[in-house]
Amino acid sequence: MTLERFLILGAILFGIGLYGALSKKHAIAVLMSLEIMFNGVNLTAVALSRYTVPQAFETASKFLLTGHVFTVFIITVAAAEVALGLAIIIAIYRTRQSVLVTDAKELNR
Amino acid sequence: MNYIDLELIIPEISMALLAGLIIVFDLFSSNKRLLVPLCLIGLLVPLFFCIAAAQESAEAGFMGTMQVDDFSIFFKYIIILATALVILSSATYAKRFDNHQGEYYSLILLSATGMMLLASATELITIYIALELTALPTAALAAFIREKKSAESGMKFLILSAVSSAVLLYGMVLLYGFTGSTHLSDIGTAIATQLSGSAGITDHGVLLFSVILITAGFGFKISAVPFQMWAPDVYEGAPTPITAFLSVASKAVGFAIILRILYMVFENEALSSDWTSMMAVLSAISMSVGNLIAIKQNNIKRMLAYSTIAQAGYIMVGLAAMTSDTTLNTSGPVGILVYLAGYTFTNLAAFAVITAVSESSGDDSIDSFSGLIKKSPILAGIMTISMISLIGIPPTIGFMAKIYIFGAAVETNLTWLAFVGVINSVISAYYYLRVVKTMFLNSASEQSPIKPSVGPLSAAVISIVGTVAFGLYPRPIIELAREAISTIVG
Repeated sequence: MTLERFLILGAILFGIGLYGALSKKHAIAVLMSLEIMFNGVNLTAVALSRYTVPQAFETASKFLLTGHVFTVFIITVAAAEVALGLAIIIAIYRTRQSVLVTDAKELNR
Repeated sequence: MNYIDLELIIPEISMALLAGLIIVFDLFSSNKRLLVPLCLIGLLVPLFFCIAAAQESAEAGFMGTMQVDDFSIFFKYIIILATALVILSSATYAKRFDNHQGEYYSLILLSATGMMLLASATELITIYIALELTALPTAALAAFIREKKSAESGMKFLILSAVSSAVLLYGMVLLYGFTGSTHLSDIGTAIATQLSGSAGITDHGVLLFSVILITAGFGFKISAVPFQMWAPDVYEGAPTPITAFLSVASKAVGFAIILRILYMVFENEALSSDWTSMMAVLSAISMSVGNLIAIKQNNIKRMLAYSTIAQAGYIMVGLAAMTSDTTLNTSGPVGILVYLAGYTFTNLAAFAVITAVSESSGDDSIDSFSGLIKKSPILAGIMTISMISLIGIPPTIGFMAKIYIFGAAVETNLTWLAFVGVINSVISAYYYLRVVKTMFLNSASEQSPIKPSVGPLSAAVISIVGTVAFGLYPRPIIELAREAISTIVG
């Protein structure tokens, strides 16, 4: 396995997620696409960390596993983001009985 | 890391504790009137610690992830001031939230905590966490009113800010892969060594790509064109004091972190010319688009949203004026800090007046300001001065800030950009003065006088006094800004 393959997979995931986040109608699907974007980033971070660790060993120990740590933080924050997103989606459903993003056109009249 | 590092973030810790205290107080007390005074008195604690920290020399802590220097303290002053004024101007507005007032105020304080952390963060992971701590509470606050518009604005803000932070993260991760570190200073040295001997950034596709992604991510935070789409909708739907908070505080820290990254990472010659030309173009587009679309708005919050986009364009002139002939020039960044401080006073005054007027009229259209001079002369006067300051007419801080920032552009051979800025100021006079004209010349449908409540009125008076006083005597702000910039210029 080479670093390139991971990076390419990460880029593909990021692209799919970005496309989904901008094109999906259903708010839940948009949140799912956001998760795919974050996971593309996570994969890239972990792969870069794994392949740069031997070098980092020689220079300074503080660079060790930074990418892994980064990923853990991204996962945590993404979870908080989705929790808030779901709460707002429920609030929207209560006011207009629909969670389609295309129905959200109350503003800019 | 040792426990002494904790001293560095005492302002943030006290701010977060205050947010917790407000929640607990709200839980056990039915007297909601005490919440605002409690917040305001509580805010004196972080302010005190910031003043104390300003007396000491710059210090880095937490394994180099945080740096407390005059630069971060300058922004902490702005954040604490903006938070206090926003809380003061929501004193009557927040009554509509009944039992949820405590959450409302503590979410504002939590967001402010994130902003203060962001002002002193010098490491990519810390920057990301602080950025999300800033954005998530504001998304919840934008959706705080239980009606369609507010929920919609909250959802738009959340989704778009999540997309932008994913883009930003991808850029950060690629930068980490390219340099092997997430510390801004190490990234700076790594880039300098990798770039020496090559033709510049275009030789390194990864670096170029990550710079573009990071610019897009931060462009969203400061609502610069072409990443401004969210601003008008979110500003219109969110509670008015929250709109003020978004337009002032979160924009200020956006610029803080951009300046920090520019100075610590991209300060070497090969990169600075790429940066400045990119910033100059973005700045010219932001000013023009913001001002031209603002002209046809009928909702005052929407109009000020486009005005914010245009103001971001003016501030970015300072970013473009950072370098001249490969030497670093500090007058651009000093101008940015002066502008942000002035903008804080001016915009908060305008939004406090809007809060007071919409409380009695019940809507946010520019027409609801008709005949305000008869209904409430003091509100009309404050709004007029604030509009004058936004255009950039003396004797206000808006004028001093514009002089400073356009002067920096001329100094660094960006005369064309200063010219675009001046033309845009003239265009903007049209829609700012339209509000003044509506207040003074149009007659209102009903003549009953507006009696503004104490909270918004005092917030408006404090900010307008700041606008005029620092317009006449801007020296203290300029001195503070100079000191702040001199600590981050290597």
